[in-house]
Amino acid sequence: MKTLEKTPTTGAPPREIPQRSAARYRVRRIAYKVVMYAILLGLTAIILLPVSWALTAALKPDLAPVFTPTPEWFPTEYWEWGNFRLVLTEVMPFLRYMINTMIIVTASILGVLISCSLVGFAFGRLRFRGSKVLFYVLIVTMLIPWQALIVPQFLLFVELGWYGTYLPLIVPSFTGVAFFIFLIRQYMRTIPRDLDDAARVDGLNTWQIFWRIILPLSTPVLTVCAVFTFLWRWNDLLGPLIYLDDGSKFTVALGLANLVTRADTPWNLTMAANLVTVIPTVLVYFFVQKKLIGGIASVGLKG
Amino acid sequence: MARKEQRAAYLFLSPWLIGLVAFWLIPIIGSLLLSFSEWNIIGDPEWVGLDNYRDMIDDRTFWVSIRVTLKYLLLSVPLYIGAGLLLSLVLNLKIRGINVFRTILFLPAVLSGVAVAVLWVALLNPDVGALNELLRSLGIDDPPRWLDSPTWAVPSVVLVGMWGIGGGAIIYLAGLQNISAQLYEAALLDGAGPWQRFRYVTLPMITPTLLFVLLTSLIEAFQVFDIAYVLSRGGTQGIGDSLQFYLINLWNEAFVNGEYGYASALAWVLVLAAAAVILVIFRTSGRWVYYEYDPERER
Repeated sequence: MKTLEKTPTTGAPPREIPQRSAARYRVRRIAYKVVMYAILLGLTAIILLPVSWALTAALKPDLAPVFTPTPEWFPTEYWEWGNFRLVLTEVMPFLRYMINTMIIVTASILGVLISCSLVGFAFGRLRFRGSKVLFYVLIVTMLIPWQALIVPQFLLFVELGWYGTYLPLIVPSFTGVAFFIFLIRQYMRTIPRDLDDAARVDGLNTWQIFWRIILPLSTPVLTVCAVFTFLWRWNDLLGPLIYLDDGSKFTVALGLANLVTRADTPWNLTMAANLVTVIPTVLVYFFVQKKLIGGIASVGLKG
Repeated sequence: MARKEQRAAYLFLSPWLIGLVAFWLIPIIGSLLLSFSEWNIIGDPEWVGLDNYRDMIDDRTFWVSIRVTLKYLLLSVPLYIGAGLLLSLVLNLKIRGINVFRTILFLPAVLSGVAVAVLWVALLNPDVGALNELLRSLGIDDPPRWLDSPTWAVPSVVLVGMWGIGGGAIIYLAGLQNISAQLYEAALLDGAGPWQRFRYVTLPMITPTLLFVLLTSLIEAFQVFDIAYVLSRGGTQGIGDSLQFYLINLWNEAFVNGEYGYASALAWVLVLAAAAVILVIFRTSGRWVYYEYDPERER
């Protein structure tokens, strides 16, 4: 991405300018910058003000009105930090929900990394009969909306006795996720072939080539898959909604959705719960931002 | 050697092959059979032929869900594509602090649909919500009733989605940054202004990205669930069926009403609709998508 920083921006003023209009050009460039910063700040406000409103609401005690005639965008009057403790452990079990979700997330990431790297390696670097056909099948499974399968999958998992457990949310990850297999395949194909040949000369077998050479070189794409799996599982509502019936096993998405779907939503605590449950995703986002964006860059564009 | 590699390959593929059969092939055959049956989990499924598909014709809720979904699709897809592109152009500026702005504007993309929806249920409250209070203070005495209004419910979902437009912008931004600087330099030498550079360099060069975004946003429009579920409060409150999205209806039929056969038929209609859209777009994409041969991609 470094080399691309040089790309001139669309809309930026031209570089070569006749001498006499230099002053006018400078004024125009400053005006241009002012306008752009104004736009960026406006957009930032649109994103951050609702979040800040949520924090204001989350910090209000039970008796203070959350909805005020003039919206309170910033916390000024009330600082009821105890609300966060209430939603985590006392009034609402969001700590429990977060731990539950973490269990599902961790197991799913493990499953995705193991299965998708194995399968992606086969598709990306091994020659075998039927590889073309199977790759087409993979693409088809990627394009068909997974929701189309929720009913028969549900019936299957009920039949297996997995209803009410985390197994329906975890086990499929261990058999691979088409999109991630595709990503990993694309990535592994870009690793030079000579490496394999040299390794074979050195007497490494296919497994050793995978484990010792290709896998360590694939950490960027594996990180992207892990992060996507984290976000997808942490945020998933439909899966937990279908498979979980016991309140003590709920995930954060399900717990939150239930708060709003009841009639007497306690808005201050709901906003506190909302903020608490997005902290992990925001943290992950900040840590892997660069890699994530680079990873998305490679998705639709290398083909 | 080749034999050995072949055997190894299938070993490596085995997790996926198992999943393909167990979680994909068997369910898809089951789903097809179920769509021709009536079954409420107790007893044996009863073969009813095309009845489920025929029932859709007279099912009011089905048509409502089609209407709601299409309304959302027609509103959201052009808006998200246009706004995402505009935003990415702004975020592609080379000015100081742009990385901070990028970080903030991409943020909503990682938040869950549920979290975002919970926040906006409060902000969009027609009587006491912050947005309408803001509109009233700006002199609009009769602001929209958002989620409580049959007219405004779907636009409200689109509005909430707009808040997370940064996610789409990431993909465009990647596309923009892959455009070679030489093209812009050549355009500058030819005396192209900002608009011409956008029209004749940027736009053609990001058509592959546009195709990708168009496809994913169309398919996503068929699959709206989380936001609609929360914003309609589980379909229980106030607004009737103005947020009866296709998937909400499917979920209701299967998991609330226990109509597994009918829900399977609904799922197949969804698959066929998605397949038709994908096919049409791929067929017509040759006319407007520009692929540049880039030796670097062959590395």
